[in-house]
Amino acid sequence: MIDVPVIDPEKCNGCGLCVEVCQHDVLLLVGEIVTVNTANDCDWCTNCEIVCAEGALTCPFEIVIS
Amino acid sequence: MAVKVDFLRETEYFSGLSPAALNAIVKLVFEKRVDRGEIFVLEEGTDDVLYIIASGAAKVFKTSAEGKEQILSIARPGDSINDVAVFDGGPNLVAAQAMSPVVLYGLSRSNLEIMLRDYPQVANNVIRVLAKRVRYLVSLVEDLSFKHVIGRIAKILLQYAGSGADGGQRLTQQDMAAMAGTVREVVGRSLKVLEEEKAIKLDHHRIIITDEEALKRIIEEPS
Repeated sequence: MIDVPVIDPEKCNGCGLCVEVCQHDVLLLVGEIVTVNTANDCDWCTNCEIVCAEGALTCPFEIVIS
Repeated sequence: MAVKVDFLRETEYFSGLSPAALNAIVKLVFEKRVDRGEIFVLEEGTDDVLYIIASGAAKVFKTSAEGKEQILSIARPGDSINDVAVFDGGPNLVAAQAMSPVVLYGLSRSNLEIMLRDYPQVANNVIRVLAKRVRYLVSLVEDLSFKHVIGRIAKILLQYAGSGADGGQRLTQQDMAAMAGTVREVVGRSLKVLEEEKAIKLDHHRIIITDEEALKRIIEEPS
């Protein structure tokens, strides 16, 4: 089950915009590459995906029928 | 903190200017800091200030009389906000809200007029920025006016849905936008509409189809 944003480190340019918009400190920069801090819960606001101009961060939705 | 010349040089508004011109221009720019969540440009406001994002990100949006929000763009470092109102002297066309702590570089209308008069390169840059903006907005208008995007999004959701046990296909809003031939901003709004109509429920990283028949009806609706 995906419960944190998916990161493509090859695309990350280390700008840190995703870290700045994350309200739950789920993301941090380690060596100029965005990394997930699993200690905190992501609320899937998708703001990190929205601001990433490189497409390095994605928040895929699982589509299910109830 | 002083406005940074090196940063301004890299923006679309001030690219191609000489160091002397940039040093003169930087004196006409002021810095403003806003907190996450703060709305620093109000729709219909009359600030007469154009902002360039120096750091952080902001959403640029319009709100309908019913309170529905349409995001027009996400402004990142180097992007300008509120250009049109500053140039035509009318009220602000859009609102802007900080998605993180944001540092803005502000240019008042009177100071912009000085820049345009003294540095023709700035005028050329402004034309390019506005032309690009018009191109993007015309494309957004096309999506919102002529395409039955909600129906297409509903179809995609049904196509890619799985049962709770085996899990469904995972799609980002960008994926859905590409499939529906639209932009991410329109997908976000479409999902909200579908949720308001109780056809789906957004639950963390899941889109739960709560009323399959309602989705099918939406697909059948004429555009």
